Amino acid sequence: MAVSETVAATPPAATPTPPAPSRRRRGRNAAYWLYLLPGAVLFLLVIGAPLVGTLYLSLTKWSGIGDPRWVGLDNYQQLLQDDVFWASFRNTVWMLVAMVVVPTVLGLLLAAVLFDVIGRRFKPRTAAALRAAFYLPQVLPVVVAGIVWGWILRPDGAFNSLLDAVGLGALRHDWLGDPGTALPAVMAVMIWVQIGYPVVVFMAALQRVDPELYEAAEVDGANWLHRFRAITLPQIRPETFVVALTCTIAALKVFGPIFALTRGGPDNATNVPSYFAYYTFFKKLQVGYGSAISMVLTLIIVVVAGIFIWMQARSERRDRGF
Amino acid sequence: MAVTLTPSKVPVTPARPVRDRHHRGVSRWVVLALVTLGALVMLVPFAFMLLNAFKSPGDYSSGGPLSWPTEFYTKGLRTYWTEVNFPLKFWNSAVIAGSVAVLGVAVSLLNAYALGIGRVRGRLWIVGLFLLANMLPQEALIYPLYYVAKQVGLYNTQLSVIIIFTVIQSAFGTYLLASVMGTFPRSLLEAAALDGAGKWTVLWRVVFPNLRPTLAVLLIFFFIWTWNEFLIPLVMLIDNQTQTIPVALASLQGDRLMDAPTTNAGALISLVPAILFFLIFQRTLARGITAGAEK
Repeated sequence: MAVSETVAATPPAATPTPPAPSRRRRGRNAAYWLYLLPGAVLFLLVIGAPLVGTLYLSLTKWSGIGDPRWVGLDNYQQLLQDDVFWASFRNTVWMLVAMVVVPTVLGLLLAAVLFDVIGRRFKPRTAAALRAAFYLPQVLPVVVAGIVWGWILRPDGAFNSLLDAVGLGALRHDWLGDPGTALPAVMAVMIWVQIGYPVVVFMAALQRVDPELYEAAEVDGANWLHRFRAITLPQIRPETFVVALTCTIAALKVFGPIFALTRGGPDNATNVPSYFAYYTFFKKLQVGYGSAISMVLTLIIVVVAGIFIWMQARSERRDRGF
Repeated sequence: MAVTLTPSKVPVTPARPVRDRHHRGVSRWVVLALVTLGALVMLVPFAFMLLNAFKSPGDYSSGGPLSWPTEFYTKGLRTYWTEVNFPLKFWNSAVIAGSVAVLGVAVSLLNAYALGIGRVRGRLWIVGLFLLANMLPQEALIYPLYYVAKQVGLYNTQLSVIIIFTVIQSAFGTYLLASVMGTFPRSLLEAAALDGAGKWTVLWRVVFPNLRPTLAVLLIFFFIWTWNEFLIPLVMLIDNQTQTIPVALASLQGDRLMDAPTTNAGALISLVPAILFFLIFQRTLARGITAGAEK
């Protein structure tokens, strides 16, 4: 999925309400509908209709061949009793930790340190080079990165060799093959993948902050931590919202890395709804059941996005003094 | 799958007279050391990959993943290159990502023109709908798309993937451009209208040239996002003739061909284009963003 960026933070600009449109003006605007036509048709064909199709299929039993058989809410009832389904959502919570909580917190600290300490007390190039190192995983096809990591974490892979080399050979482990360590290992990889995004967005955001604020605080004797909490955090709150929202959506939808690293295994220890749905559709050929999983995931994403946008709007209103 | 904008010039405050007590202290060196250590940890996987991509299988099995290669071995690279017909995969990825970038921007532009400048009724709801569509999990669309593509003969064609991603990407593009066009100077539009320009002329002669930097950024995002996509190409493209770079590598996972050196060689080859694009596009991205900010 696509993670968006700070530019997207701006909601469609509120238009200064024009005086009640005259008939002529309304007629003029109506002609603009023509420009929406190609986009609207494509949208209905590729997103609208398939979404309704999946909703319908989630109420049927179907193997993909012949006619779907209507079963009402059976699939959803079955889901509630399905351990794999619950396991996949439990793992999603851990993905939220690895892809939202840790990267946002670490990213805030790193961006502040890179901007404030390294950028000012060392050469700008130093901060630029360090930032590029953190950002690099973000530009790669995540599946390819996942395949490299899969090899590194293999029993005979580079990570175990590294442990041997530093005298920790006793810790050698089948990191992705053991249900006990597979999820933490996948989480570590996801932190590695994700961390560059908040670092870059927050560093861009810090440019907006008036340096005089910091100077005034320094004169008042505020130390770095004070300034971080009193100035940096509140000033870049809009970007924090965008990062948290886009990372949350990405974490709820995560598929590629799971596919490349573990295929949800071992024993569903790393299964996530998105991979569970894919597997149910195309490997188990239970289209109705897979559709029900997808619809639950869709519902969760819509609700989460709604909550975020509502919170963002509320905090913006509060900033304006209400 | 997450690509973001990166202003290439780092935001660094120009040196200013600092009377700071940290300035001469050791603490800043400790901070630098810690952050550098973190950056090196980030790069370790790439080092592992490079080290083993040029290692012969014999070398690998005797020396393990950390040993220095005894010879500069490129057969792994060549094996992967020819076995998967990498030039064809590159072409497939380029055709899909390139077409989606151009078509996606075109559709976004038309949509946003109606929403941001035309201000058609209910535009806030429509923009919200597009934004939501961009967030949907692809699993919620994939089976009907897969089924219909099979029925109409688009299954296993690049066209199917191009159409799907044009719509998915333009959902985001519409959201972004509609908000940008909402702030478009009305005076420019009115002047053009007074000169007798129709809507189509205004779009191409007034709006398009002014938005070119933003459109360029969008074009690059769409290209990179589509290049890195996985689920839909995995489902839709099933043979060697049509697959993209990430799908080709993933579908060889566990294959006998893919010993450790070949896996690393394949990953290396697959990563190079993405890194190149990133370097090439960095400048455009930075320019586009500044242009957007200084409006």
